Formats: sequence, C-alpha cells, structure tokens
Amino acid sequence: MVDNKQQWKAWLYLSPAIILLLVFTVWPIINTIRMAFLDGYKGLEAAGGATFSFGVQNFVKVVKYQKFLQCLGNTALLCVLTVPISTLLALFIAVCLNSIKALQKPLQTIFFLPYVTNTIAIGMVFAAMFNIVGSFIGTQNELISNAGIINNIITFFGGSNVNWINTGSSYAANIAVMVVYIVWNALPFKILILLGGLQSVNKQYYEAAKVDGTSRSRTFWRITVPLLSPMIAYVVITGFIGGFKEYSSVIGIFGQSMGPANDAGRLNTMVGFIYDALSSNNQGRASAAALILFGIILVVTLINLYVSKKRVHY
Amino acid sequence: MKVVLQNVTKIFPSRNKKSKESVIAVDDFTFTVPDGKLVGLLGPSGCGKSTTLYMISGLQKVSGGKIYFDDDDVTDLAAEKRGVGLVFQNYALYPHMTVRQNILFPLQNLKGDDKLSKDEMLDRATTAARLVQIDELMDRKPSELSGGQQQRVAIARALVKMPRVLLLDEPLSNLDARLRLQTREEIRRIQRETGITTVFVTHDQEEAMSISDLIVVMKKGIIQQIGKPQDVYDDPVNLFVAKFLGTPPINVFEGKVENGALYIGEDAVLKVEGVEDKAVNVGVRPEGFVYDPAGPLSCKLTGIEVMGRDMSVVSEKDGKVVRSIINSDVTVDPTLAEVRYTLKPNKVFIFDKTTEERIRF
Repeated sequence: MVDNKQQWKAWLYLSPAIILLLVFTVWPIINTIRMAFLDGYKGLEAAGGATFSFGVQNFVKVVKYQKFLQCLGNTALLCVLTVPISTLLALFIAVCLNSIKALQKPLQTIFFLPYVTNTIAIGMVFAAMFNIVGSFIGTQNELISNAGIINNIITFFGGSNVNWINTGSSYAANIAVMVVYIVWNALPFKILILLGGLQSVNKQYYEAAKVDGTSRSRTFWRITVPLLSPMIAYVVITGFIGGFKEYSSVIGIFGQSMGPANDAGRLNTMVGFIYDALSSNNQGRASAAALILFGIILVVTLINLYVSKKRVHY
Repeated sequence: MKVVLQNVTKIFPSRNKKSKESVIAVDDFTFTVPDGKLVGLLGPSGCGKSTTLYMISGLQKVSGGKIYFDDDDVTDLAAEKRGVGLVFQNYALYPHMTVRQNILFPLQNLKGDDKLSKDEMLDRATTAARLVQIDELMDRKPSELSGGQQQRVAIARALVKMPRVLLLDEPLSNLDARLRLQTREEIRRIQRETGITTVFVTHDQEEAMSISDLIVVMKKGIIQQIGKPQDVYDDPVNLFVAKFLGTPPINVFEGKVENGALYIGEDAVLKVEGVEDKAVNVGVRPEGFVYDPAGPLSCKLTGIEVMGRDMSVVSEKDGKVVRSIINSDVTVDPTLAEVRYTLKPNKVFIFDKTTEERIRF
C-alpha cells in the first residue's frame, strides 16, 4: 500500500494517461450513449442552440431502416462464412508448418506478410484480380477486353468468365470475393496464434501417443485440438469481433460505392451504416447504430465464451 | 519376455555445423534384460541411459546394433508396433482428459482383431487402476492429482495395454522424498504382480539399488558394470562404480602399496598379497572402519553425527574428509584429537591411479 502522503505522486504520474483516456475514450463513450438517446440529434443543429428531448426515436428509426437490415445481414453473413473457414484453414496451415523443418521460417514469413500489408492495398490487388474491364454485352465472353487473373485462370481451364464485382454482378459472386479476401486477410494472425500454441505443446504428449499406437487423425482430434482449444477459442472470438467491424475490406474491393456500380451500398456493413449516418450529420442515428452493434458483439462474444467454457479444456 | 541389446550404438550429429564432431550417446551397448526382471539403468546425467530406454521404446532410432524382443528383431520396428509401455519422467498425462479417459486412450487405439468392446475396455482400465490403487480417482483431471497419483496414472496407462516391456524414465524424480520411498516399493510390487519385464532409468543409486533385480551402471555411454545391486556394491570393477554407489559415498585416499602392505599416508593399514609396489587410490566404504584405539589408521577427529541406530564419525586424513559409519554401541569420546581405525578388508578396494581399474588382492 502506498503511503497516503505519497499518493498524490502516484496520481500525478498516472495523470497524463488518465487524462488522455478520459478525453478520448471515456467521454466519447458517454457522449455516444447521450446522443443515441436524444431524439433526432444532429450535431450542427445542437451547435446552433437547438435542444432535443430524450427518447428512443433514434433506435426505432435505425431498426426500421431497410438499409440497416441489409447492412446487418451482410455483416452477419460475412462473419458466419469467414470465421469458420479462416479458423479451419489457419489450423490446417499451422499444423502443416509445425510439422516441417526445412523452409519453416521462410514460409512463416510469407504467411505473415498480409498482416503487415495495408488492407486497402490488398483490397485493390484483389479487386484487380477479380476485375473485368469492359462489360458483358451479348454472350458472356464477348467484349471483355481485359479480364483479371482469376477469370484468366477460369478461361484457361475452359470455363467462361464470371462477373465477380463489376456492374451486373450477382450478390453471391460479390460475397464470394469478399469471403476469399477476408479469409486471406485474416489468416496470418490466426496462423501466428495457432502456430505459437502448437509450438508450446509438450512434445511428450505426441511421443506418448505414438508409443500407444495412436493414428494421426486421432492424435489430431483428441490431442492437438483439445490442447489448442484455448487458442482456437481466442481466434474465433476475436474473429467474430473483427468480422462485425468489417468495413475497410468492402471499401478495398468496391470502393466508396460499397457495391457494384449498378447497385451501390449492396455490400454495406454495420460500420459502413454508421459512417453513412455520420456523413449525413445524423449523429444521433449513428450513435444508436453503434450501440446496437456494441450490443450484438457483446451477445455474440458472451455466446462464444459460454460455448468455449464447455469446449475449452483446462 | 527378454529384451536383448546387441552392440547398440547411438550417435547424435553435431548441432554446430562448423565442428563436424558428433556425440556418441550410447557406445556399443550389449546387454540382456532377463524375462520378468526389473532392471535399473544407472548413471550420472548425460551418460546415455535415457537414450538407451528410448531406443528400446522405438522413439529413438539406433545408429548401429540390434534390439531383440525374445527372438524378434525389433530394431527397425516403429514404436507403436513394439508393444511397449512407456512412463515419461513428467508423466505426459493428457491434461484435458480425466484419469479414466487417459487410461482408456491406448485401448481405444487398438484396431482389427485386437479391438475391444466398450465393456472390455472399461474392465481393463478398472483392473489397471486397481493395480496402482487409483480406482477412486477415475473422474479427476491430472491437474487435480498429486505428483504420486499422477505417477500411478501414468503407470496404469502404460500397463493397461498389457505391454511386453514396461519402460520407466526417471520414475521417481518428480516426487518428494517420502513419496519416493513409497512409490519405489509400489513399482516393485506392481512389477512383481504383473511379471512384466521392466527397465527403468535413474540417476539415484539408492533408488536403483533398492528395487532392481539387476543394475547397469553407465558412464558416458559405456557400460561400466552389470550385476545384482549387492554384488556391484561389494565388488565394483573401477573407481567410478565404487564412487557412484553407496550413501554416504566411499572414502577415497591417496595411498601406495609397498612390500605387500597397503599404506594410507604413513599408516600401513592392510596386508595385500601379490600386488606390485606402486601408488594407488584406496577406497574404503564408510562401514569398513572399525573404531579401535590400537588400530593402524589414524585420523584427526572433527565431529560426530549421531543418527540413533549408528553414528557417523567425521574426521580428516591428510586434509581429506573421512566419513565412517560406526555402530552406536561403541562410544567415541568427541573430545579426542585423533581417532584410530582398523579396516575390514572386504570393504577396502584398491584402484590403479591412471586407469582407475580395480586392483584385486
């Protein structure tokens, strides 16, 4: 216990961090809640002296908004698709990496590269890969002057061009591109965590299993996965949290329109919805949407924790 | 089933790429573990005893030589096909499984004709658990068990598949002193009851001596001596073995042989016939000293430690500490400046100064 007379010193040393936190974290949270419950709050009008009454109008508006449901649906769909795929893929790659000796370090570096690369830059490369220049007129392979690498590969194997992200593309094709991109982007972090977990597993468990004649698949499912379960739970939970905050990946592929040119906003997400509300000076509605997103993430995380308590061993 | 090791050698390649030196962990090891016996591999750390054990298990490949289980050559057989039970130094119990699941695990691996029904498996697991007296702990996780209990679970897991050979790597090193005594009796009992040929590794000579039928003393990958514990203790082949066995350890003096008499310092302590005159190392077991005011060996008394049954007399001879165990019926006056002993000839060993080999007399 610090001497009472000395306590002011402790507070003094802590004050820079505390003041910054209060100004930039604690106050914005409180203010968000305040704005969310002020009916029809608009920052500019508030600055002009207008007053707003307390109420839940913002929430009602958000929930009734057709676009909001679309954004929520997109976000949830991307989460449900990408988290399991990227986790399983990361587990597979981590196990493979862990079991090889030669080239392990260089491959580890290669797999980690997306992590240190800018999301938007990656998005632009993916957009170029899936892109077509020109448009489909008439039959599918007509008038495409310049297809992206993915379509080149498809046509090389005898398929026909797919309109992935351009005008007239289907929602399924859009989502497929998003899933590939998000999974690829999410892999490095997950591989890193899982590989770290694998490398800290005591080798003697495997020797014991070997002496007892355990098959490879049984060793994997009965020993590796349970021993990795804390890391897997961590990766899944952070994956869902990250998934619900998905935004820049859509920007990376589709740009500001958040969808193919003929259907802007088709792939908008929750965070995108909040930004849109902000840019139209509807701080009240944005705050309400942010709180709803917070609530959803909280519930999903609690469910995750509940499940992992049953599934995560020791 | 007997285990035969024939010229078994293990060479580890050097880790340092610049020096091409490789490490010979086990050098030309030839030895037979007789059927149903408990054999202790004994030596200081780094002597290759664990490596030998792992080569028997199949987890380590031999660099040369052959290993037979009875008449089957298992040298190139994978670990899982050898039918050995292995208990690891830190037990390697699966932390996420209960005791029951841990013990069942090897049985669930059985395939084809060996496949057991669920009831048979539970039966076998319960029998194994009873044998090591942990049948009341079946639903606990390893983290909820004491060290001694974990050890028993590990033994049960190794025994449940009825291995042809049971291998134990430093089985007692993670236990406290009291538990160690108890568990080593336990291991002996379990081995007797099951009659499984058992090899265990230890650096603790007392442990090896107390429960083994045979001990193999190793140093730097080379077998020094093989024999019944008492025989090896009473008749060591060289200074290393003499020093390694026994607590308190053997007392070693600089001495010499002259005209058929053995000298320690200036004291002629024993008659030795047929040994050529030269400087030698003399080893005297602590129990080889007989307190005798008229005895030939004189030492400077420094202290007496009473231990009840007997006492330990600490003295000095030519600057070296001498520890002797004297029956407590004898009274030694602690104020004396000098104690004198006669030596029991069968507790005195002479070793060559350079080769450290035993010189018999």
